[in-house]
Amino acid sequence: MSARLDVKKTYKLYIGGDFPRSESGRSYVVNDAKGRFLANASQASRKDARDAVRAARTAFPGWSGKTAYNRGQVVYRIAEVLESRRDQFEAELRSSEGVTAAKARDFVSAAIDRLVFYAGWADKIAQVTGGANPVAGPYFNHSAPEPSGVVAVVAPKGPLLGLVSVVAPVITTGNTCVVIASEPHPLTSITLAEVMATSDLPGGVVNVLTGSVAEIAPWLASHLDVNGLDLTGVTDADLARTLEESAAENLKRVRRPGLEDLLAAPPLDRMTKFLETKTVWHPMGL
Amino acid sequence: MTMAKKSTAFEYAPAPESRSIVDIKPSYGLFIDGEFVDGRGKSFKTISPSTEEVLAEIAEGDAADVDLAVKAARRAYTRVWSKMSGAERGKYLFRIARIIQERAREFAVLESIDNGKPIKETRDVDVPTVAAHFFYYAGWADKLGYAGYGEDPQPLGVAGQVIPWNFPLLMLAWKIAPALACGNTVVLKPAETTPLTALLFAEVCQQADLPPGVVNILTGAGETGRAIVSHPDVNKVAFTGSTDVGRAIAKAVAGSDKRVTLELGGKAANIVYDDAPVDQAVEGIVNGIFFNQGHVCCAGSRLLVQESIAEEVLAKLKRRMKTLRVGDPLDKNTDIGAINSAEQLAKIRELSEIGEAEGAERWAPKCDLPSTGFWFPPTIFTGVSQAHRIAREEIFGPVLSVLTFRTPKEAVEKANNTPFGLSAGIWTEKGSLILWTASQLRAGVVWSNTFNRFDPASPFGGYKESGYGREGGRHGLEAYLR
Repeated sequence: MSARLDVKKTYKLYIGGDFPRSESGRSYVVNDAKGRFLANASQASRKDARDAVRAARTAFPGWSGKTAYNRGQVVYRIAEVLESRRDQFEAELRSSEGVTAAKARDFVSAAIDRLVFYAGWADKIAQVTGGANPVAGPYFNHSAPEPSGVVAVVAPKGPLLGLVSVVAPVITTGNTCVVIASEPHPLTSITLAEVMATSDLPGGVVNVLTGSVAEIAPWLASHLDVNGLDLTGVTDADLARTLEESAAENLKRVRRPGLEDLLAAPPLDRMTKFLETKTVWHPMGL
Repeated sequence: MTMAKKSTAFEYAPAPESRSIVDIKPSYGLFIDGEFVDGRGKSFKTISPSTEEVLAEIAEGDAADVDLAVKAARRAYTRVWSKMSGAERGKYLFRIARIIQERAREFAVLESIDNGKPIKETRDVDVPTVAAHFFYYAGWADKLGYAGYGEDPQPLGVAGQVIPWNFPLLMLAWKIAPALACGNTVVLKPAETTPLTALLFAEVCQQADLPPGVVNILTGAGETGRAIVSHPDVNKVAFTGSTDVGRAIAKAVAGSDKRVTLELGGKAANIVYDDAPVDQAVEGIVNGIFFNQGHVCCAGSRLLVQESIAEEVLAKLKRRMKTLRVGDPLDKNTDIGAINSAEQLAKIRELSEIGEAEGAERWAPKCDLPSTGFWFPPTIFTGVSQAHRIAREEIFGPVLSVLTFRTPKEAVEKANNTPFGLSAGIWTEKGSLILWTASQLRAGVVWSNTFNRFDPASPFGGYKESGYGREGGRHGLEAYLR
């Protein structure tokens, strides 16, 4: 009896809740930590980036319009589904990045816990960053945070914890995003997209592109329907500068790259950088 | 100078505020390291926009001056200001607030002369709000650990600040008060056409015994501003002005460690629903677009009025506009003063002509304008479509574009159909409609059943291409702390 041939998965992009191939028809080879062939990942193009922005924009009113409690529940649901598939993620991290079993376990645990952390933030952030303003007149005056809109994110190394650490804070507060996954290790990010696709997260809230950061990021940085740009995963200082320059065209909110220990407690500005403060006035009187 | 009136109405007698309280010197140098120093040769004239008389010769700071000022600010930061306790820093700011109150009349008259805005606005809005702003941030200086930016937040260092001509002293206060409260030192450039109150503020710093170098005032034009923004030893850039310059600044600081806040242009929608209290709404529309000659980034320059009441609102608006008094800024009865500069007047004229050429209907009350100075009558355009340039571009003058809508959803869609997102207005008696509309508007400040209210405790700033960061309130501290 011959051994059964396993069924390999095609790794595609995640746009608008679907898993399309790159419209460019391109792919690139992804090897495991020992240099053996793992899969052909989709190599996203300018058109894919634009499609992803459109999907994110379409999803924005619905997602930002949900109650904070509801968004928190959805983010928590991602954590639940991830936990239920943790064996798969540990195995993928060990094979793709060559990390030890213990390390893989730590990364998966940290990714799950980070999602839970942000799930709890959804209905707290407005009270922490907003409030009543005691103006010198007979007015009710109140400030509250609102999401900036569509945020383009360049994820750092670490296809699971890296991507979760930059995406979760952005979407928890009501933004939608287009994220470029870690270029050398994109596969686990696409597996994570499968988790998101089955976690009550509306299609288009998170869109995952795989491919060349140097090729795709400039299109997102200059896209006029993108409101924010998180450069966490950009390691080339020249590229980071050019991207920030392009982002200036429509005054995108830019989070510059910088060294950050992803296992440590995340800074608040992961959320606040992509929040606007809205202040509403109303007179008081009889 | 005043509007045509029915012969039965009482005429206003002139009620000019005296100029004698201000002492304008023939020339001014730069304020660096606690002292006025001569410029290096280049200078420019500041004129009164209402009479075109030359008020003073002003030094133009060059790159070397900027370098001196930044060095002075750095020294003051390292040796004095960053080491001082918050409580002591706060006491300096309280002192400044008090001196501004003591010299309020002088500031009000000087601002009115140099800027062209009516004395009743400088006296009742600009200067009191300036004093309040310093008083507000003075109190934060020793309480920064409670502000929500960490237990022991630190200042950034030297702040380079560039401000516009529409609220010269008020914008100075918005920039300097939070910067100093947080322990930063500043190099500030007032606008080319309105340097005088900033230079008078330098005197206030001297009277308050503020340590030299904590505040440096460099007069000049675009080049001076560019030199400040791009100086390598500036840690923080704060700018209020046009979106185009804001873009250029965002590009210039890309890839650096400089922190930036930008408060830029706007094209605010002022939405009037069919159940609005019409008389109050008309006052709000007038205040929204004609306050400060419409030289207001958050001006309600697009009136969105529900179709069913458009005729009534327009009739009442026109009737009210006929009573607006345009003329001498120092006259206490003046509602609308002079346009700030010949350049700005040309821009307002050009866009208004484009409005007519594109098919909108122009209306202004009969209005005798003074023969010297820069003037533009309060003007409205009806029949404006969303594609018209007067509905899309910031005119920054007393020109209102009127559009109509049928449903709240249409109002919101039209209101948000702009790259800007600074402010908006809502007029209705229905509370739930106010809150729904406010939640849908992509704008940083929403005035409901009021307009153009400002307060030091209230965060101000935009969405989208109106810039980023907030000024005012606890939120205003974030820009100056790490």
